[in-house]
Amino acid sequence: MCSPSSCLSACWCSGPPACWASASPTGPRRGRAVLRVPGLAFLYSRPGLAFVLLAVLLAALPFMVGGGLGNSWVRVLDFVLLYMLMAIGLNIVVGYAGLLDLGYIAFYALGAYFYAWLASPHFGLHLPFWMVLPMGAAFAGLFGVLLGAPTLRLRGDYLAIVTLGFGEIIRIFMNNLNAPFNLTNGPQGMNLIDPVKLAGVSFGKPLHVLGMTVPPTYLYYYLFLALTLLAIGVAMRLQDSRVGRAWAALREDEIAAAAMGINTRNTKLLAFAMGATFGGLAGGLFAAFQGFISPESFTLWESILVLCMIVLGGMGNIAGVLLGAALLTIIPEALRYLGDLQRATIGHVVVDPADLRMLLFGVALVSMMLFRPSGLMPSRQRKRELAAEDGVAEQERADLYDSRA
Amino acid sequence: MEIFTQQLINGLVLGSIYALVALGYTMVYGILELINFAHGEVTMIGAMVALTVIGALVGLNPELPGLIVVLGGVLVAIPACMALGFAIEKVAYRPLRHAPRLAPLITAIGMSIILQNAAMLIWGRQYVSFPPLLPQERHEILGAHITDLQIFIVVLSFAIMGGLWLLVERTRLGRAMRATAQSKEVAQLMGVNVDRIISATFIIGSALAAIAGVMVSAYYGLAHYYMGFMLGLKAFSAAVLGGIGNIAGAMLGGLLLGVIEALGAGYIGDITGGFLGSHYQDVFAFFVLIGVLVFRPSGLLGERVANRA
Repeated sequence: MCSPSSCLSACWCSGPPACWASASPTGPRRGRAVLRVPGLAFLYSRPGLAFVLLAVLLAALPFMVGGGLGNSWVRVLDFVLLYMLMAIGLNIVVGYAGLLDLGYIAFYALGAYFYAWLASPHFGLHLPFWMVLPMGAAFAGLFGVLLGAPTLRLRGDYLAIVTLGFGEIIRIFMNNLNAPFNLTNGPQGMNLIDPVKLAGVSFGKPLHVLGMTVPPTYLYYYLFLALTLLAIGVAMRLQDSRVGRAWAALREDEIAAAAMGINTRNTKLLAFAMGATFGGLAGGLFAAFQGFISPESFTLWESILVLCMIVLGGMGNIAGVLLGAALLTIIPEALRYLGDLQRATIGHVVVDPADLRMLLFGVALVSMMLFRPSGLMPSRQRKRELAAEDGVAEQERADLYDSRA
Repeated sequence: MEIFTQQLINGLVLGSIYALVALGYTMVYGILELINFAHGEVTMIGAMVALTVIGALVGLNPELPGLIVVLGGVLVAIPACMALGFAIEKVAYRPLRHAPRLAPLITAIGMSIILQNAAMLIWGRQYVSFPPLLPQERHEILGAHITDLQIFIVVLSFAIMGGLWLLVERTRLGRAMRATAQSKEVAQLMGVNVDRIISATFIIGSALAAIAGVMVSAYYGLAHYYMGFMLGLKAFSAAVLGGIGNIAGAMLGGLLLGVIEALGAGYIGDITGGFLGSHYQDVFAFFVLIGVLVFRPSGLLGERVANRA
């Protein structure tokens, strides 16, 4: 039913069921034999039913999580979705086009600051959400092109370093542009940012509907979920589109791609722009959700975190990317319980779990690369590249620049 | 004029420290084509270890002369960093020698995170101050001040760089290193033990980083678990500026970057009419980095990478 190449077309002709199921982190892998659980076989024979079940699950998730683990975990769920959005964007740049970007968080920051400028008391502007968000995404996309243009000749490590520098430059400016005129409010950050307001419903206050009270975190969950699903759809369509194939060609062999008539410049710029747009979108949502932003949230480590999400999950594979984003957002939160555990067993906190978090993260990065470099759910194509037995890996190492440099 | 000379002096002092760190990046890149992101953290560990030893020595006997105490700290920090550099290569880079580029880049970032957070757990989040043990007398040159410490840093850096140059150009080990950088396969055919040479490169680079770490903490009077990160990025920028893989280039790049940064921070306020201030000091390294990579990717003295293009 859902073979790798026919999946998308099937999706769009006969309705989304099978593909949505396979695109979710819990669903079967694309292009793999589906793991058949005895007794649940009817799900696989009836993709429509699987789709309905998944939709119900996603709709009920905040209530289940909120009821079971407490409302702070619904917030974590919101962040999972935000990071998924970012990871999908970065996956376009790194996973599809093979352009290693270590400054991705800069676009997230630009989206967030843009939102704050147009919808907070800072400049006294309170433009409506549905206007500000797309503008912010476009603003970030523009910066994606601005960054992409001078770096077209660079590849591999050099590109990584330049994008890293770009991210740091943006951060330093965010930190210091509070004088002579106050643009970013400096290290204090900007607060009182307008919450999302859609169809007369402000997401800043609990919503009373059908005798239920729905807290803001739940409302944001549904908004983020809708946008994440949209982004998944766009990203999957892109991958198998003409542009997506051009990106893959670029990633595999830039010179051959150029020889085949692909306009490498435009293709690269488009990848940067698309990725940055997703980043800007996530940034705007983050600003509205938090109501407060500061340069603290946009450090290099955040860029690296998002990169690790897509590497952990399996680069180039949407399901893997979603899984990576979910794992790397949830695990650090779950580690907080280590503090309670220490208090319960030893009586006091020996090692603050917050301090341990990053250390474990580093250990995870290194061991992941050593033992499973292609990620938890590798896309078949990338897996072949990372297997390194054939010439592809050797050739990836070969040149830093293309032949025209 | 006084500002100019003063900033020039400050820039040279800072630049010679950058150069020492940049050598570690450039040697590793020359041989493995790997950005050793953890190198900045090795510098930080060097400073932290030295400060711990210095603190212990002062605690044992407050009467000891300052220079001896600092020397004691450096003499412990150097082997500690050498061991660390060796271990990093062995654990994080050697198993990935034949993997595609992305894998070692990510383990490098991972090692950097591990070292930074291990240091935070060991030494805490707060700044550790460097006791005023070294002579701080000021001399006046052309209206600018230079302290004994600054002179000492510059002279020692140049001596070390000279020593390294001799090592690379005149010794058997140096020749093997250059051969390995040219081509690992051919060097191996010629009887060079490539693995040992790579280990040696990491060990030498880490020793330089340890010294640089002590210098930078003595210069600013403090050390912090986070200090290696920015220092490492700037040193890497310096290495790129000079031409990555090129040892003389790293020295030149380090000095130039230090001077650019100091002069930039001193004059940016005047140039932009007060719009941007000296707190933009950190931006210069990145603009230099991007500028060099975009307009002259082989760096000022580099030819190796250009040949490959």
